[in-house]
Amino acid sequence: MTNCNPIELMICTAARHLEDGKLVVVGTGAPCAAAMLAQKTTAPNMTLMFEAGGIAPQLPRMPISVGDSRTHYRGLVATSMADIMETCQRGMVDYSFLGGAQIDAYGNLNSTMIGDDYQQPKVRLPGSGGANDLGSFCWRILVMTPHDRRRFVEKLDFMTTPGYLTGSGAREAAGLPAGTGPYKVVTNLAVLGYDDETKRMCVESVHPGTTLQQVRENTGFDLLVSESIEETPEPDIEALRILREEVDPQRLILGRA
Amino acid sequence: MSTEHGTGTLFSGMDVDALREQFRNRNKSLTDKRMSVREAVTQFVHDGDYLGSGGFGCDRIATALLHEIVRQKKQNLSFAGHTATHDWQILCAGNQTGRGQLLKRVDIAYIVGLEARGLSPHARRVAESGEVEFCEWTNYALAVRLKAAAMGVPFLPVRSMAGTDTFRHSAAKSITCPFTGQPLVAVPALSPDVAIIHVHEADCFGNCRVRGTSVADFELARAARRLIISCERIIPNDEIREDPTSTVIPFFCVDAVCEVPCGSYPGNMPYEYFSDEAHIREWLEMERDPEQHLDFVTRLIFDTSDFDEYLAVCGGRERLESLRRQELDPAGSNS
Repeated sequence: MTNCNPIELMICTAARHLEDGKLVVVGTGAPCAAAMLAQKTTAPNMTLMFEAGGIAPQLPRMPISVGDSRTHYRGLVATSMADIMETCQRGMVDYSFLGGAQIDAYGNLNSTMIGDDYQQPKVRLPGSGGANDLGSFCWRILVMTPHDRRRFVEKLDFMTTPGYLTGSGAREAAGLPAGTGPYKVVTNLAVLGYDDETKRMCVESVHPGTTLQQVRENTGFDLLVSESIEETPEPDIEALRILREEVDPQRLILGRA
Repeated sequence: MSTEHGTGTLFSGMDVDALREQFRNRNKSLTDKRMSVREAVTQFVHDGDYLGSGGFGCDRIATALLHEIVRQKKQNLSFAGHTATHDWQILCAGNQTGRGQLLKRVDIAYIVGLEARGLSPHARRVAESGEVEFCEWTNYALAVRLKAAAMGVPFLPVRSMAGTDTFRHSAAKSITCPFTGQPLVAVPALSPDVAIIHVHEADCFGNCRVRGTSVADFELARAARRLIISCERIIPNDEIREDPTSTVIPFFCVDAVCEVPCGSYPGNMPYEYFSDEAHIREWLEMERDPEQHLDFVTRLIFDTSDFDEYLAVCGGRERLESLRRQELDPAGSNS
Protein backbone atom coordinates (compact mmCIF):
# COMPACT_ATOMS: atom_id res chain seq x y z
CA MET A 1 0.00 0.00 0.00
CA THR A 2 1.24 3.48 -0.86
CA ASN A 3 2.62 5.26 2.14
CA CYS A 4 -0.03 7.83 3.00
CA ASN A 5 -2.14 8.76 5.99
CA PRO A 6 -5.97 8.43 6.14
CA ILE A 7 -6.64 12.11 5.42
CA GLU A 8 -4.38 12.01 2.36
CA LEU A 9 -6.19 8.89 1.14
CA MET A 10 -9.59 10.57 1.68
CA ILE A 11 -8.58 13.74 -0.18
CA CYS A 12 -7.08 11.83 -3.13
CA THR A 13 -10.16 9.59 -3.32
CA ALA A 14 -12.63 12.50 -3.14
CA ALA A 15 -10.69 14.41 -5.81
CA ARG A 16 -11.21 11.53 -8.26
CA HIS A 17 -14.99 11.93 -7.97
CA LEU A 18 -14.95 15.50 -9.32
CA GLU A 19 -15.38 15.89 -13.08
CA ASP A 20 -13.61 18.42 -15.25
CA GLY A 21 -15.53 21.39 -16.62
CA LYS A 22 -17.96 21.57 -13.70
CA LEU A 23 -18.77 24.07 -10.94
CA VAL A 24 -18.13 23.09 -7.32
CA VAL A 25 -18.91 24.99 -4.12
CA VAL A 26 -16.34 24.17 -1.45
CA GLY A 27 -15.74 25.01 2.17
CA THR A 28 -12.45 25.27 4.01
CA GLY A 29 -10.26 22.31 4.97
CA ALA A 30 -10.21 18.86 3.36
CA PRO A 31 -12.93 19.57 0.72
CA CYS A 32 -11.00 22.60 -0.51
CA ALA A 33 -7.85 20.49 -0.64
CA ALA A 34 -9.67 17.81 -2.67
CA ALA A 35 -11.00 20.38 -5.14
CA MET A 36 -7.58 22.04 -5.47
CA LEU A 37 -5.97 18.62 -6.06
CA ALA A 38 -8.56 17.77 -8.72
CA GLN A 39 -7.82 21.07 -10.47
CA LYS A 40 -4.10 20.26 -10.51
CA THR A 41 -4.64 16.70 -11.77
CA THR A 42 -7.78 15.40 -13.48
CA ALA A 43 -10.03 18.48 -13.58
CA PRO A 44 -8.02 21.54 -14.69
CA ASN A 45 -11.16 23.25 -16.00
CA MET A 46 -13.28 22.77 -12.90
CA THR A 47 -14.27 26.07 -11.22
CA LEU A 48 -14.25 26.58 -7.46
CA MET A 49 -16.89 28.76 -5.83
CA PHE A 50 -17.13 29.90 -2.22
CA GLU A 51 -20.33 30.61 -0.31
CA ALA A 52 -19.62 34.27 0.57
CA GLY A 53 -19.14 35.23 -3.09
CA GLY A 54 -15.65 34.25 -4.33
CA ILE A 55 -15.48 32.55 -7.77
CA ALA A 56 -12.47 30.95 -9.50
CA PRO A 57 -9.60 32.17 -7.30
CA GLN A 58 -6.03 31.21 -8.04
CA LEU A 59 -5.67 30.11 -4.44
CA PRO A 60 -2.25 31.10 -3.12
CA ARG A 61 -2.91 28.87 -0.10
CA MET A 62 -5.81 27.40 1.87
CA PRO A 63 -8.53 29.87 2.86
CA ILE A 64 -9.29 30.06 6.60
CA SER A 65 -12.84 31.29 6.05
CA VAL A 66 -15.16 30.71 3.08
CA GLY A 67 -15.42 34.50 3.08
CA ASP A 68 -11.78 35.50 3.37
CA SER A 69 -9.97 37.36 0.59
CA ARG A 70 -8.10 34.25 -0.60
CA THR A 71 -11.46 32.97 -1.93
CA HIS A 72 -11.30 35.63 -4.64
CA TYR A 73 -7.53 36.13 -4.88
CA ARG A 74 -6.81 36.63 -8.59
CA GLY A 75 -10.34 35.28 -9.07
CA LEU A 76 -12.81 35.93 -11.84
CA VAL A 77 -15.73 37.21 -9.78
CA ALA A 78 -16.34 38.58 -6.29
CA THR A 79 -20.10 38.58 -5.79
CA SER A 80 -22.68 38.06 -3.03
CA MET A 81 -23.82 35.07 -0.99
CA ALA A 82 -27.28 35.25 -2.59
CA ASP A 83 -25.72 35.19 -6.08
CA ILE A 84 -23.72 32.05 -5.24
CA MET A 85 -26.75 30.33 -3.69
CA GLU A 86 -29.03 31.35 -6.55
CA THR A 87 -26.52 29.99 -9.04
CA CYS A 88 -27.00 26.72 -7.15
CA GLN A 89 -30.78 27.10 -6.87
CA ARG A 90 -31.19 27.56 -10.63
CA GLY A 91 -29.31 24.31 -11.28
CA MET A 92 -25.94 25.61 -12.47
CA VAL A 93 -23.75 24.09 -9.75
CA ASP A 94 -22.73 20.45 -10.05
CA TYR A 95 -21.00 19.57 -6.81
CA SER A 96 -20.73 20.66 -3.23
CA PHE A 97 -19.02 19.22 -0.17
CA LEU A 98 -20.76 19.08 3.20
CA GLY A 99 -19.95 17.74 6.63
CA GLY A 100 -21.54 17.35 10.03
CA ALA A 101 -21.45 15.80 13.45
CA GLN A 102 -23.90 13.08 12.39
CA ILE A 103 -25.03 11.44 9.14
CA ASP A 104 -27.81 8.86 8.70
CA ALA A 105 -28.47 6.11 6.15
CA TYR A 106 -30.15 8.56 3.75
CA GLY A 107 -27.29 11.04 3.87
CA ASN A 108 -29.19 13.54 6.02
CA LEU A 109 -26.78 15.64 8.09
CA ASN A 110 -26.73 17.21 11.56
CA SER A 111 -24.55 20.24 12.22
CA THR A 112 -26.90 22.02 14.65
CA MET A 113 -26.96 20.33 18.06
CA ILE A 114 -26.32 17.23 20.13
CA GLY A 115 -28.98 16.23 22.65
CA ASP A 116 -32.71 15.53 22.58
CA ASP A 117 -34.03 18.95 23.69
CA TYR A 118 -33.73 21.81 21.20
CA GLN A 119 -34.15 24.40 23.97
CA GLN A 120 -31.43 22.87 26.16
CA PRO A 121 -28.91 21.17 23.86
CA LYS A 122 -26.03 19.16 25.30
CA VAL A 123 -23.81 20.77 22.71
CA ARG A 124 -24.81 23.67 20.50
CA LEU A 125 -23.09 23.39 17.13
CA PRO A 126 -22.90 26.20 14.55
CA GLY A 127 -26.07 25.28 12.61
CA SER A 128 -26.78 25.19 8.91
CA GLY A 129 -24.82 28.16 7.68
CA GLY A 130 -25.19 27.55 3.97
CA ALA A 131 -25.17 23.75 4.27
CA ASN A 132 -28.93 23.27 4.05
CA ASP A 133 -29.06 25.51 0.97
CA LEU A 134 -26.18 23.74 -0.80
CA GLY A 135 -27.57 20.32 0.19
CA SER A 136 -30.95 21.35 -1.26
CA PHE A 137 -29.74 22.91 -4.51
CA CYS A 138 -26.55 21.22 -5.79
CA TRP A 139 -26.80 18.23 -8.12
CA ARG A 140 -24.31 16.03 -6.30
CA ILE A 141 -23.28 16.26 -2.65
CA LEU A 142 -20.06 14.76 -1.39
CA VAL A 143 -19.30 14.22 2.28
CA MET A 144 -15.83 13.62 3.71
CA THR A 145 -15.88 12.39 7.29
CA PRO A 146 -14.13 10.12 9.78
CA HIS A 147 -16.05 6.84 10.03
CA ASP A 148 -17.35 5.83 13.46
CA ARG A 149 -20.62 4.91 15.21
CA ARG A 150 -20.88 8.32 16.87
CA ARG A 151 -21.17 9.93 13.43
CA PHE A 152 -22.93 7.24 11.39
CA VAL A 153 -26.18 7.04 13.35
CA GLU A 154 -29.58 5.42 12.94
CA LYS A 155 -31.33 8.64 14.02
CA LEU A 156 -29.99 12.19 13.90
CA ASP A 157 -30.42 14.43 16.96
CA PHE A 158 -31.38 17.21 14.50
CA MET A 159 -31.74 17.14 10.72
CA THR A 160 -29.95 20.30 9.61
CA THR A 161 -29.43 19.47 5.94
CA PRO A 162 -31.51 17.24 3.70
CA GLY A 163 -30.05 14.09 2.25
CA TYR A 164 -32.69 11.79 0.75
CA LEU A 165 -34.92 12.57 3.80
CA THR A 166 -36.96 9.34 4.29
CA GLY A 167 -36.01 7.69 0.99
CA SER A 168 -36.97 7.56 -2.65
CA GLY A 169 -39.14 10.48 -3.83
CA ALA A 170 -39.10 12.26 -0.46
CA ARG A 171 -36.95 15.18 -1.62
CA GLU A 172 -39.21 15.90 -4.57
CA ALA A 173 -42.35 15.59 -2.42
CA ALA A 174 -40.92 18.15 0.02
CA GLY A 175 -40.33 20.58 -2.83
CA LEU A 176 -36.57 20.18 -3.16
CA PRO A 177 -35.28 20.37 -6.74
CA ALA A 178 -35.68 17.03 -8.56
CA GLY A 179 -32.66 14.88 -9.27
CA THR A 180 -30.44 16.47 -6.61
CA GLY A 181 -28.99 14.90 -3.49
CA PRO A 182 -26.24 12.93 -1.78
CA TYR A 183 -23.69 11.36 -4.12
CA LYS A 184 -20.67 9.90 -2.29
CA VAL A 185 -19.41 9.65 1.27
CA VAL A 186 -15.66 9.32 1.51
CA THR A 187 -14.40 8.14 4.89
CA ASN A 188 -11.13 6.84 6.33
CA LEU A 189 -12.48 3.29 5.77
CA ALA A 190 -14.54 3.25 2.59
CA VAL A 191 -16.35 5.00 -0.23
CA LEU A 192 -20.12 4.84 0.04
CA GLY A 193 -22.78 5.72 -2.51
CA TYR A 194 -26.57 5.45 -2.46
CA ASP A 195 -28.81 2.65 -3.68
CA ASP A 196 -30.86 3.81 -6.68
CA GLU A 197 -34.11 2.34 -5.44
CA THR A 198 -34.10 2.85 -1.67
CA LYS A 199 -31.70 5.82 -1.55
CA ARG A 200 -29.97 4.15 1.41
CA MET A 201 -26.21 4.30 1.87
CA CYS A 202 -24.33 1.54 0.13
CA VAL A 203 -20.66 0.48 0.37
CA GLU A 204 -18.98 0.83 -3.02
CA SER A 205 -15.36 0.29 -2.15
CA VAL A 206 -13.32 -0.53 0.92
CA HIS A 207 -9.92 1.06 1.42
CA PRO A 208 -6.78 -1.09 1.20
CA GLY A 209 -6.15 -2.84 4.53
CA THR A 210 -9.76 -2.40 5.68
CA THR A 211 -12.45 -5.11 5.79
CA LEU A 212 -16.17 -4.79 5.10
CA GLN A 213 -16.68 -6.08 8.65
CA GLN A 214 -14.75 -3.08 10.03
CA VAL A 215 -16.90 -0.72 7.98
CA ARG A 216 -20.07 -2.35 9.38
CA GLU A 217 -18.75 -2.25 12.96
CA ASN A 218 -18.15 1.48 12.67
CA THR A 219 -21.60 2.25 11.27
CA GLY A 220 -24.67 2.69 13.47
CA PHE A 221 -27.19 1.59 10.81
CA ASP A 222 -27.58 -1.30 8.36
CA LEU A 223 -25.42 -0.78 5.31
CA LEU A 224 -26.20 -1.99 1.83
CA VAL A 225 -23.28 -3.38 -0.13
CA SER A 226 -22.81 -2.84 -3.84
CA GLU A 227 -22.75 -5.99 -6.02
CA SER A 228 -19.64 -4.62 -7.66
CA ILE A 229 -17.85 -3.80 -4.39
CA GLU A 230 -14.12 -3.38 -4.89
CA GLU A 231 -11.01 -2.17 -3.15
CA THR A 232 -10.53 1.62 -3.28
CA PRO A 233 -7.70 2.38 -5.71
CA GLU A 234 -4.56 3.59 -3.98
CA PRO A 235 -3.67 7.25 -4.43
CA ASP A 236 -1.61 7.97 -7.47
CA ILE A 237 2.02 8.75 -6.51
CA GLU A 238 2.01 11.96 -8.55
CA ALA A 239 -1.30 13.11 -7.01
CA LEU A 240 0.15 12.56 -3.54
CA ARG A 241 3.22 14.59 -4.42
CA ILE A 242 1.07 17.48 -5.70
CA LEU A 243 -1.15 17.28 -2.62
CA ARG A 244 1.84 17.46 -0.27
CA GLU A 245 4.01 19.93 -2.13
CA GLU A 246 1.55 22.25 -3.85
CA VAL A 247 -1.88 22.00 -2.21
CA ASP A 248 -0.99 21.90 1.48
CA PRO A 249 2.79 22.32 1.91
CA GLN A 250 2.27 23.57 5.49
CA ARG A 251 0.33 20.38 6.31
CA LEU A 252 -2.48 22.41 7.87
CA ILE A 253 -4.97 19.74 6.84
CA LEU A 254 -2.75 16.77 6.04
CA GLY A 255 -1.15 17.05 9.47
CA ARG A 256 -4.46 16.51 11.25
CA ALA A 257 -4.51 12.77 10.68
CA MET B 1 -48.14 20.65 2.26
CA SER B 2 -49.28 24.25 2.09
CA THR B 3 -50.43 24.28 5.73
CA GLU B 4 -47.03 23.33 7.15
CA HIS B 5 -45.04 25.91 9.00
CA GLY B 6 -42.05 26.15 11.28
CA THR B 7 -42.64 26.38 15.03
CA GLY B 8 -39.99 29.04 15.63
CA THR B 9 -40.88 32.54 16.78
CA LEU B 10 -40.81 35.41 14.32
CA PHE B 11 -38.67 38.05 16.06
CA SER B 12 -39.42 40.92 13.72
CA GLY B 13 -42.51 42.32 12.06
CA MET B 14 -42.82 42.50 8.29
CA ASP B 15 -45.30 45.33 7.82
CA VAL B 16 -43.91 46.68 4.57
CA ASP B 17 -46.35 49.60 4.57
CA ALA B 18 -45.08 50.73 7.97
CA LEU B 19 -41.56 50.37 6.56
CA ARG B 20 -42.52 52.54 3.58
CA GLU B 21 -43.78 55.23 5.99
CA GLN B 22 -40.47 55.13 7.85
CA PHE B 23 -38.46 55.36 4.66
CA ARG B 24 -40.69 58.21 3.43
CA ASN B 25 -39.85 60.19 6.54
CA ARG B 26 -36.09 59.69 6.43
CA ASN B 27 -33.71 62.59 5.92
CA LYS B 28 -32.83 62.25 2.25
CA SER B 29 -30.80 65.40 1.76
CA LEU B 30 -27.04 65.35 1.24
CA THR B 31 -25.93 66.08 4.79
CA ASP B 32 -22.56 65.48 6.36
CA LYS B 33 -23.03 62.38 8.50
CA ARG B 34 -19.52 62.00 9.84
CA MET B 35 -19.35 61.32 13.56
CA SER B 36 -17.43 59.26 16.10
CA VAL B 37 -18.20 55.60 16.72
CA ARG B 38 -19.34 56.53 20.22
CA GLU B 39 -21.76 59.16 18.93
CA ALA B 40 -23.14 56.86 16.24
CA VAL B 41 -23.84 53.98 18.62
CA THR B 42 -25.29 56.32 21.26
CA GLN B 43 -27.59 57.94 18.74
CA PHE B 44 -28.65 55.00 16.56
CA VAL B 45 -28.48 51.77 18.58
CA HIS B 46 -31.14 51.43 21.26
CA ASP B 47 -31.92 48.78 23.87
CA GLY B 48 -34.29 46.19 22.43
CA ASP B 49 -33.27 46.91 18.83
CA TYR B 50 -32.98 44.24 16.14
CA LEU B 51 -29.35 44.43 14.92
CA GLY B 52 -27.89 43.30 11.60
CA SER B 53 -24.15 43.06 11.16
CA GLY B 54 -22.34 43.16 7.84
CA GLY B 55 -19.47 41.09 6.45
CA PHE B 56 -18.87 37.39 7.01
CA GLY B 57 -18.01 36.72 10.64
CA CYS B 58 -14.29 37.40 10.46
CA ASP B 59 -14.23 39.14 7.10
CA ARG B 60 -15.00 42.86 6.63
CA ILE B 61 -16.79 43.16 9.96
CA ALA B 62 -17.55 46.44 11.76
CA THR B 63 -15.42 45.57 14.79
CA ALA B 64 -15.21 49.11 16.20
CA LEU B 65 -19.02 49.44 16.18
CA LEU B 66 -19.48 45.95 17.67
CA HIS B 67 -17.07 46.80 20.51
CA GLU B 68 -18.86 50.08 21.18
CA ILE B 69 -22.25 48.33 21.37
CA VAL B 70 -20.76 46.06 24.05
CA ARG B 71 -18.96 48.94 25.77
CA GLN B 72 -22.19 50.93 26.03
CA LYS B 73 -23.95 47.89 27.58
CA LYS B 74 -26.80 47.83 25.10
CA GLN B 75 -29.46 45.39 26.34
CA ASN B 76 -31.94 42.85 24.95
CA LEU B 77 -30.92 43.06 21.32
CA SER B 78 -32.20 40.75 18.62
CA PHE B 79 -29.61 39.70 16.06
CA ALA B 80 -29.44 38.16 12.59
CA GLY B 81 -26.67 35.56 12.61
CA HIS B 82 -25.74 34.47 9.11
CA THR B 83 -22.23 33.09 9.47
CA ALA B 84 -21.66 35.11 12.64
CA THR B 85 -18.26 34.10 13.99
CA HIS B 86 -16.00 36.74 15.56
CA ASP B 87 -18.79 39.35 15.37
CA TRP B 88 -21.03 37.02 17.40
CA GLN B 89 -18.12 36.30 19.77
CA ILE B 90 -17.76 40.05 20.46
CA LEU B 91 -21.50 40.52 21.10
CA CYS B 92 -21.50 37.48 23.41
CA ALA B 93 -19.11 39.43 25.67
CA GLY B 94 -22.28 41.28 26.73
CA ASN B 95 -23.88 38.06 28.02
CA GLN B 96 -22.86 35.99 31.07
CA THR B 97 -20.22 38.59 32.05
CA GLY B 98 -22.09 40.49 34.77
CA ARG B 99 -23.27 43.26 32.46
CA GLY B 100 -26.90 42.25 32.05
CA GLN B 101 -27.95 40.62 28.80
CA LEU B 102 -26.93 42.08 25.45
CA LEU B 103 -28.31 39.32 23.20
CA LYS B 104 -31.88 38.21 23.78
CA ARG B 105 -33.20 36.77 20.51
CA VAL B 106 -31.18 35.43 17.63
CA ASP B 107 -32.17 34.34 14.14
CA ILE B 108 -29.54 31.66 13.59
CA ALA B 109 -27.98 30.37 10.46
CA TYR B 110 -24.45 29.93 11.80
CA ILE B 111 -23.27 30.85 15.31
CA VAL B 112 -20.89 29.50 17.96
CA GLY B 113 -18.31 28.27 15.44
CA LEU B 114 -15.44 30.13 13.81
CA GLU B 115 -15.30 27.94 10.69
CA ALA B 116 -11.95 26.09 10.46
CA ARG B 117 -10.80 27.65 13.75
CA GLY B 118 -13.19 25.63 15.92
CA LEU B 119 -16.02 26.40 18.37
CA SER B 120 -16.06 29.40 20.71
CA PRO B 121 -16.38 28.22 24.35
CA HIS B 122 -18.00 31.47 25.56
CA ALA B 123 -20.41 31.62 22.63
CA ARG B 124 -21.37 28.02 23.50
CA ARG B 125 -21.95 29.01 27.15
CA VAL B 126 -24.29 31.76 25.96
CA ALA B 127 -26.05 29.54 23.42
CA GLU B 128 -26.47 26.63 25.86
CA SER B 129 -27.53 28.82 28.84
CA GLY B 130 -31.15 29.01 27.71
CA GLU B 131 -31.21 32.82 28.21
CA VAL B 132 -31.20 33.51 24.46
CA GLU B 133 -34.20 32.62 22.32
CA PHE B 134 -33.36 31.12 18.93
CA CYS B 135 -35.04 30.67 15.58
CA GLU B 136 -33.30 28.56 12.91
CA TRP B 137 -32.65 29.67 9.33
CA THR B 138 -30.00 29.14 6.68
CA ASN B 139 -27.48 31.63 5.32
CA TYR B 140 -29.40 31.93 2.07
CA ALA B 141 -32.76 32.23 3.84
CA LEU B 142 -31.46 35.15 5.94
CA ALA B 143 -30.04 36.83 2.83
CA VAL B 144 -33.40 36.38 1.07
CA ARG B 145 -35.27 37.72 4.11
CA LEU B 146 -33.17 40.89 3.89
CA LYS B 147 -33.68 40.98 0.12
CA ALA B 148 -37.48 40.83 0.60
CA ALA B 149 -37.34 43.85 2.93
CA ALA B 150 -35.02 45.62 0.49
CA MET B 151 -37.55 44.90 -2.27
CA GLY B 152 -40.43 46.12 -0.11
CA VAL B 153 -42.35 42.84 -0.24
CA PRO B 154 -43.49 40.82 2.81
CA PHE B 155 -41.91 37.50 1.78
CA LEU B 156 -40.00 35.62 -0.88
CA PRO B 157 -40.00 31.93 -1.85
CA VAL B 158 -36.93 29.68 -1.65
CA ARG B 159 -36.37 25.99 -2.49
CA SER B 160 -34.15 25.13 0.48
CA MET B 161 -35.02 24.29 4.12
CA ALA B 162 -37.89 21.98 3.08
CA GLY B 163 -38.27 18.66 4.90
CA THR B 164 -35.70 19.32 7.64
CA ASP B 165 -35.58 20.23 11.35
CA THR B 166 -34.04 23.52 10.23
CA PHE B 167 -37.42 24.28 8.66
CA ARG B 168 -39.37 22.92 11.66
CA HIS B 169 -37.47 25.22 14.08
CA SER B 170 -37.74 28.24 11.78
CA ALA B 171 -40.64 30.64 11.31
CA ALA B 172 -40.88 29.88 7.59
CA LYS B 173 -44.03 28.49 5.97
CA SER B 174 -44.73 26.05 3.18
CA ILE B 175 -46.69 27.53 0.30
CA THR B 176 -47.88 26.29 -3.06
CA CYS B 177 -46.74 28.10 -6.16
CA PRO B 178 -49.85 29.81 -7.62
CA PHE B 179 -48.59 29.12 -11.16
CA THR B 180 -47.10 25.61 -11.09
CA GLY B 181 -48.54 24.08 -7.92
CA GLN B 182 -45.03 23.26 -6.68
CA PRO B 183 -44.35 23.29 -2.94
CA LEU B 184 -42.08 26.19 -1.92
CA VAL B 185 -40.82 27.65 1.34
CA ALA B 186 -41.84 31.26 2.08
CA VAL B 187 -39.44 33.30 4.20
CA PRO B 188 -40.61 36.57 5.75
CA ALA B 189 -39.02 39.98 5.11
CA LEU B 190 -36.48 41.03 7.73
CA SER B 191 -35.93 44.72 8.35
CA PRO B 192 -33.44 45.25 11.19
CA ASP B 193 -33.95 48.36 13.34
CA VAL B 194 -30.28 49.10 12.88
CA ALA B 195 -27.44 47.68 10.79
CA ILE B 196 -23.68 48.17 11.00
CA ILE B 197 -21.48 47.67 7.93
CA HIS B 198 -17.77 48.23 7.40
CA VAL B 199 -16.73 49.38 3.91
CA HIS B 200 -13.55 50.42 2.19
CA GLU B 201 -14.47 53.99 1.28
CA ALA B 202 -17.35 56.40 1.84
CA ASP B 203 -17.91 60.08 1.34
CA CYS B 204 -19.25 62.25 4.17
CA PHE B 205 -22.83 61.70 2.95
CA GLY B 206 -22.55 57.90 3.10
CA ASN B 207 -22.05 56.87 -0.52
CA CYS B 208 -20.06 53.66 -0.10
CA ARG B 209 -17.58 51.55 -2.04
CA VAL B 210 -16.76 47.93 -1.23
CA ARG B 211 -14.08 45.73 -2.78
CA GLY B 212 -14.22 41.94 -2.74
CA THR B 213 -17.30 39.90 -1.91
CA SER B 214 -20.43 41.69 -0.74
CA VAL B 215 -21.88 38.74 1.25
CA ALA B 216 -25.42 40.04 2.09
CA ASP B 217 -24.48 43.65 2.78
CA PHE B 218 -26.14 45.37 -0.15
CA GLU B 219 -29.45 43.74 0.85
CA LEU B 220 -28.83 44.53 4.54
CA ALA B 221 -28.08 48.20 3.80
CA ARG B 222 -31.39 48.57 1.94
CA ALA B 223 -33.43 46.52 4.42
CA ALA B 224 -32.34 48.29 7.61
CA ARG B 225 -34.32 51.15 9.16
CA ARG B 226 -31.11 52.80 10.40
CA LEU B 227 -27.60 52.21 9.06
CA ILE B 228 -24.21 53.02 10.57
CA ILE B 229 -21.26 52.81 8.19
CA SER B 230 -17.68 52.51 9.33
CA CYS B 231 -15.02 52.88 6.67
CA GLU B 232 -11.30 52.53 6.16
CA ARG B 233 -11.19 55.98 4.53
CA ILE B 234 -13.44 58.97 3.95
CA ILE B 235 -13.03 60.12 0.35
CA PRO B 236 -14.15 63.39 -1.30
CA ASN B 237 -17.60 63.48 -2.85
CA ASP B 238 -15.90 64.43 -6.13
CA GLU B 239 -14.19 61.06 -6.23
CA ILE B 240 -17.56 59.31 -5.89
CA ARG B 241 -18.98 61.42 -8.71
CA GLU B 242 -16.11 60.49 -11.01
CA ASP B 243 -17.06 56.80 -10.77
CA PRO B 244 -20.68 56.31 -9.66
CA THR B 245 -20.60 52.71 -10.93
CA SER B 246 -18.53 51.87 -7.86
CA THR B 247 -21.13 53.16 -5.39
CA VAL B 248 -22.79 50.09 -3.88
CA ILE B 249 -24.67 51.69 -0.97
CA PRO B 250 -26.39 55.05 -1.63
CA PHE B 251 -26.29 57.96 0.85
CA PHE B 252 -30.04 57.93 1.51
CA CYS B 253 -29.77 54.54 3.24
CA VAL B 254 -27.09 55.83 5.63
CA ASP B 255 -27.45 57.59 9.00
CA ALA B 256 -23.86 57.82 10.20
CA VAL B 257 -20.37 57.60 8.69
CA CYS B 258 -17.47 56.78 11.00
CA GLU B 259 -13.91 56.79 9.71
CA VAL B 260 -12.16 53.83 11.36
CA PRO B 261 -8.89 52.79 9.69
CA CYS B 262 -8.31 49.04 10.24
CA GLY B 263 -11.91 48.89 11.47
CA SER B 264 -12.38 45.23 10.57
CA TYR B 265 -9.38 44.09 12.68
CA PRO B 266 -8.88 41.30 13.76
CA GLY B 267 -11.02 40.39 10.79
CA ASN B 268 -9.80 40.30 7.19
CA MET B 269 -10.33 43.37 4.99
CA PRO B 270 -9.90 42.49 1.29
CA TYR B 271 -6.97 44.30 -0.37
CA GLU B 272 -6.11 45.99 2.96
CA TYR B 273 -5.07 43.50 5.68
CA PHE B 274 -5.50 39.79 6.47
CA SER B 275 -7.15 38.42 9.63
CA ASP B 276 -5.02 38.27 12.79
CA GLU B 277 -5.21 34.53 13.34
CA ALA B 278 -2.91 34.64 16.39
CA HIS B 279 -5.23 37.13 18.13
CA ILE B 280 -8.34 35.10 17.28
CA ARG B 281 -6.63 31.94 18.57
CA GLU B 282 -5.76 33.74 21.80
CA TRP B 283 -9.39 34.89 22.13
CA LEU B 284 -10.65 31.29 21.75
CA GLU B 285 -8.06 30.07 24.23
CA MET B 286 -8.98 32.74 26.83
CA GLU B 287 -12.64 31.77 26.57
CA ARG B 288 -12.00 28.31 27.98
CA ASP B 289 -12.07 29.69 31.53
CA PRO B 290 -14.95 32.15 32.22
CA GLU B 291 -12.92 34.30 34.64
CA GLN B 292 -9.96 34.47 32.34
CA HIS B 293 -12.33 35.42 29.51
CA LEU B 294 -13.87 38.17 31.66
CA ASP B 295 -10.41 39.64 32.38
CA PHE B 296 -9.56 39.42 28.70
CA VAL B 297 -12.65 41.22 27.36
CA THR B 298 -12.45 43.73 30.25
CA ARG B 299 -8.92 44.63 29.17
CA LEU B 300 -9.73 44.67 25.44
CA ILE B 301 -13.24 46.13 25.30
CA PHE B 302 -14.83 47.24 28.61
CA ASP B 303 -11.78 49.21 29.85
CA THR B 304 -10.56 50.61 26.53
CA SER B 305 -12.02 54.00 25.65
CA ASP B 306 -12.14 53.41 21.91
CA PHE B 307 -10.99 51.23 19.00
CA ASP B 308 -7.58 52.94 18.69
CA GLU B 309 -6.79 51.91 22.24
CA TYR B 310 -7.80 48.32 21.44
CA LEU B 311 -5.55 48.33 18.35
CA ALA B 312 -2.66 49.60 20.47
CA VAL B 313 -3.20 46.80 23.01
CA CYS B 314 -3.16 44.28 20.13
CA GLY B 315 0.20 45.33 18.75
CA GLY B 316 -0.61 48.57 16.97
CA ARG B 317 1.00 49.68 13.76
CA GLU B 318 3.64 46.96 13.67
CA ARG B 319 1.07 44.18 13.88
CA LEU B 320 -1.08 45.79 11.21
CA GLU B 321 1.83 46.23 8.85
CA SER B 322 2.49 42.50 9.08
CA LEU B 323 -1.18 41.73 8.33
CA ARG B 324 -1.04 44.14 5.41
CA ARG B 325 1.91 42.23 3.95
CA GLN B 326 0.02 38.93 4.38
CA GLU B 327 -2.98 40.37 2.52
CA LEU B 328 -1.08 41.92 -0.36
CA ASP B 329 1.31 39.00 -0.85
CA PRO B 330 -0.63 35.94 0.31
CA ALA B 331 1.81 33.48 -1.19
CA GLY B 332 4.82 35.28 0.30
CA SER B 333 7.06 34.08 3.06
CA ASN B 334 5.42 36.45 5.56
CA SER B 335 2.06 34.75 5.43
